[in-house]
Amino acid sequence: MALDSKTEFKYIGTRPDRPDGMDKVTGKARYGADAYAPGMLHGAVVRSPHAHAKIVKIDASKALAMKGVKAVVTRADFATDLEGEDWDLLENTIAGEKTLYDGHAVAAVAATSALIAKDAAKLVEVEYEILPCVTDVDAAMADGAPVIRDGAADHSVPEGLHPNVVRYTEFGRGDVEAGFAAADLVVERDFKTEAVHQGYIEPHACLANLGADGKGELWCCTQGHWFVRRMCTALLGLETTQLRVTASEIGGGFGGKTTVFIDPIALALSRAAGKPVKLVMSRSEVLKASGPTSSASMNVKMGMTKDGKLTAATAVFRMQGGAFPGAPMDMTTMLAFSCYDLDNVHHEGFDVMTNRPKQAAYRAPGAPMGAFAVESVMDELCQGLGLDPIDARLTNAVKEGTKSSFGPRYKAVGLIETLEAAKAHPHYSAPLAENTGRGIASGYWMNWGGETSTSLAIGEDGTVQVGVGTPDIGGSRASMALMAAETLGIPYENVRVDVVDTASLGVNEPSHGSRATYASGLAVIESAREAITKLSKRAADKWGIDAEAVEWRDGAAHPSGPNAGDFTPLSIADIAGEMGSTGGPITGHHDASPTGFGGSFGTHIVDVHVDPDTGKSTVVRYTVVQDAGKAIHPSYVEGQFQGGAAQGIGWALNEEYIYDDDGRLQNDVFLDYRIPVASDLPMIDTVIVEVPNPGHPYGVRGVGETGITPPLPAVACAISHAIGHRMTRLPISPPRVLRAIQGKGIS
Amino acid sequence: MKYHTPATFEDAVGIAANATGVTRFLAGGTDVLVQLRADIVTPDDLIDVKHIPGVRDMTQNPDGSWTIGVAVAGAEMTENPALIADWPGVVEGMDLIGSTQVQGRATLTGNLCNGSPAGDAVPGMIAAGASVSVTGPDGSREVAVEDIPTGPGRTSLAKGEMVTAVHLPARGQNGGDAYLRFIPRTEMDIAVVGCAVNLRVDGDTITEARVALGAVAPTARLVEDAATALIGSKLDDAALEALAAAASAACNPIDDKRGTIEFRTHVAGVLAQRAAKIAYARARGEK
Ligand SMILES: Cc1cc2nc3c(=O)[nH]c(=O)nc-3n(C[C@H](O)[C@H](O)[C@H](O)COP(=O)(O)OP(=O)(O)OC[C@H]3O[C@@H](n4cnc5c(N)ncnc54)[C@H](O)[C@@H]3O)c2cc1C
Repeated sequence: MALDSKTEFKYIGTRPDRPDGMDKVTGKARYGADAYAPGMLHGAVVRSPHAHAKIVKIDASKALAMKGVKAVVTRADFATDLEGEDWDLLENTIAGEKTLYDGHAVAAVAATSALIAKDAAKLVEVEYEILPCVTDVDAAMADGAPVIRDGAADHSVPEGLHPNVVRYTEFGRGDVEAGFAAADLVVERDFKTEAVHQGYIEPHACLANLGADGKGELWCCTQGHWFVRRMCTALLGLETTQLRVTASEIGGGFGGKTTVFIDPIALALSRAAGKPVKLVMSRSEVLKASGPTSSASMNVKMGMTKDGKLTAATAVFRMQGGAFPGAPMDMTTMLAFSCYDLDNVHHEGFDVMTNRPKQAAYRAPGAPMGAFAVESVMDELCQGLGLDPIDARLTNAVKEGTKSSFGPRYKAVGLIETLEAAKAHPHYSAPLAENTGRGIASGYWMNWGGETSTSLAIGEDGTVQVGVGTPDIGGSRASMALMAAETLGIPYENVRVDVVDTASLGVNEPSHGSRATYASGLAVIESAREAITKLSKRAADKWGIDAEAVEWRDGAAHPSGPNAGDFTPLSIADIAGEMGSTGGPITGHHDASPTGFGGSFGTHIVDVHVDPDTGKSTVVRYTVVQDAGKAIHPSYVEGQFQGGAAQGIGWALNEEYIYDDDGRLQNDVFLDYRIPVASDLPMIDTVIVEVPNPGHPYGVRGVGETGITPPLPAVACAISHAIGHRMTRLPISPPRVLRAIQGKGIS
Repeated sequence: MKYHTPATFEDAVGIAANATGVTRFLAGGTDVLVQLRADIVTPDDLIDVKHIPGVRDMTQNPDGSWTIGVAVAGAEMTENPALIADWPGVVEGMDLIGSTQVQGRATLTGNLCNGSPAGDAVPGMIAAGASVSVTGPDGSREVAVEDIPTGPGRTSLAKGEMVTAVHLPARGQNGGDAYLRFIPRTEMDIAVVGCAVNLRVDGDTITEARVALGAVAPTARLVEDAATALIGSKLDDAALEALAAAASAACNPIDDKRGTIEFRTHVAGVLAQRAAKIAYARARGEK
């Protein structure tokens, strides 16, 4: 769908209160764990304490004998004929022959109270035969590493690699050797990042009700309830549409709630017990057994001439995604050099299995690691050649028509605009205090369209209800209402937006891929346009003129000109008040898999102070500049920019999954899994750049993911400048910084 | 699990002495209840001390010393200007614990008796020369705070014994104390290193000093060599260097997810110097 000629907006670009705000701040909003049903049971999951072990025997007799226990399920209670990703999903949901990571589910109990369920879970006796384990990506690829699952590799993997390498990619163009030879400076570095968790505040929670007839209902906290429906019905051997899934309010997801962990287990327990079953993860379960992102081991080499032109670039990315294929190495390789116009470029990626939980999406999955390595090398090149880091980026920046490092040519994109805005920002030229360094980095995410279905219905008083299938994870209801209001020409307050259940619309992909405001928004606009056509027809019928002679403007039907006749305009309320007798309900509907999504570039500036005596880093100033295409609700765009920066800062400084030699997770609580707290961060300044996306009526690009891509390198470069040592390993924790300052290396 | 609400220390001690399983006292519960919910410790007998009269009192005695009840929450200490004027270091150690919500419950006694080497209120109490009253089936005794912890999660309290009050000595003239901890974040974290310094000056010269370290050994500890480095000095560079060296030398830490041995050892010296400077300024009335 093409960009409208419309450039003057009445509602879009304003900042009204979000419709869900009042419920959320007063505690009325219902999240995953806020659901209750008559006769409801509570579930508890039995989890493996071993990183890698054969399950010899499961004896649930003692648990079943306990008063109040109504059911125990194991792998035997799920579908048996699955293949590919469905089999992986089931194997991750509940272990089959082996447990593959610390916290892997083995069995589950349903009982009349949460306490009984928890106690009963301890009585399920599981006999294990412990196997050697591996959690580090480089160690998992090395000769002699324990094999997680033989035969898991696909055809892409060259001969001779360890069976834990399950996918391989290699692509590029030009002559990189010639390119490096033409460079005045070549920098090559190894980098490492640790696995991190999305850190959403709401743990996974659901309430399942499944009958012996294969019909069921599920209430759950998710980013995408159609995905949940498809996955759960596959894992339980049900027909897709016989399960109705309702999404609760959601306390954060960041990609981690686009798959299932406990929902199939709750459904299996409910089917076995014949009662509704509620299942809620603890924080420790979330950290151990949901889907953190990959850790990565990387090598990047880039060459540059003394006037700042990149001559060649190569990258190798080794990424572990837990005990299953799926580490996002395809995205990492694709987007690593996405900012730069390169003739000679080559990428290699390895997807490696380890004894860790199955990775899930995390905000721009795979992109931040690649950006960390590439932008750090870019920074070092600029430093070595005495070039301004923004000027050097401008010299190489992609623009409309540039052939991307991964193949296709870019449509209209805003990298240059973000670089220029960053350069003009007072932050960039502000003086730096002692022991403080400044980092600059750019990043990209290409965004997504995906299956989308929305509906819109006019109420008898002319107000409007909109139904969407993308859970509201960052203010999207407000954005949908603004787009509907703008299209219909009615006040924002007259539009109600609901996230409706899977029985109410066609298939919707989750709120992932930065797609909700783009794709659901586009469908809402089209739904409104369909309703306008119908509203105009009612006016035309009443006036006895052709529908084409009616013009819709300012929320009312008008005769399109003097030739159409002289009629008093009919407002949406006038038409709606009579609709029962003029042809019945008036609705609009739109189904699509829109492909006109447009990627978003961002450039970040950060100042970090380092305490030279303790190695402690403090982010003292941070500015995000990003292309939104069109900011429908600027406050929620800024919120996404700030949130991405906050999560990226955490990833750069302190967050990491720490496993011991036995593969046990050492930091499964927020005390030791250190996400930034509010007082760790400065107010994050934002600049919204608007280079309209030609593929959306109002120019919208997604903005959710790009913001986490530049912070890793920006923070790392700032610290590197503050202390005079290049930091190539995350997290850049105080002990690591202190070692670097003391000249002891950075391992 | 049995939950008890004794009305006297005698009753509480009686219940604890006769209990046969795992026993815990419940002050603020910010350790006990967290450990219960995380399946780390499930007590058979839980003895709530908050129903005993006087446990919420904070009293300055005629000699200037302080008696702090075993259920006085951090938030009550940080709102007591006279206590803060006397023992700012003790109060800032307590104040660092947790969040606003946790401050409404957490106590000095709980922090001490939980036995964590990283307890933030403990080094400040040790540096201040604080003691606790202990009552048990065999009577009562006064114990220096540094003699309570014996190892991670362990104390010198015998079965049936409990703390009934914390005593802080009279501040006296020209004294000052301070506590600093190192955490990678700004809040809601556990000390990687903690250091408290308490000293008295005569003019520019330090006449008395006590230095205590937390999180760098199996228990919080009093570091006498560090005090020796300060006493008689004007907190000049040589004294500060000797202080850091003594603090680092006293460390016997572990490598773990929170910090490495070399990091903790180095930062102990850094914090000792910084805390000493603050305490020195306070002692000299510079604040
Ligand atoms: C979110 C959060 C953040 C925290 N942050 C910090 C921090 O920054 N620094 C820090 O040091 N701690 C921290 N803690 C731990 C805890 O808050 C402190 O240790 C607190 O001081 C404990 O006091 P309490 O009164 O809650 O103890 P309780 O939990 O009631 O008791 C703790 C222990 O003391 C024993 N006990 C209690 N009273 C007596 C008595 N009269 N006689 C003998 N034994 C007794 C109990 O048996 C138990 O073993 C945090 C806790 C939470 C939940």
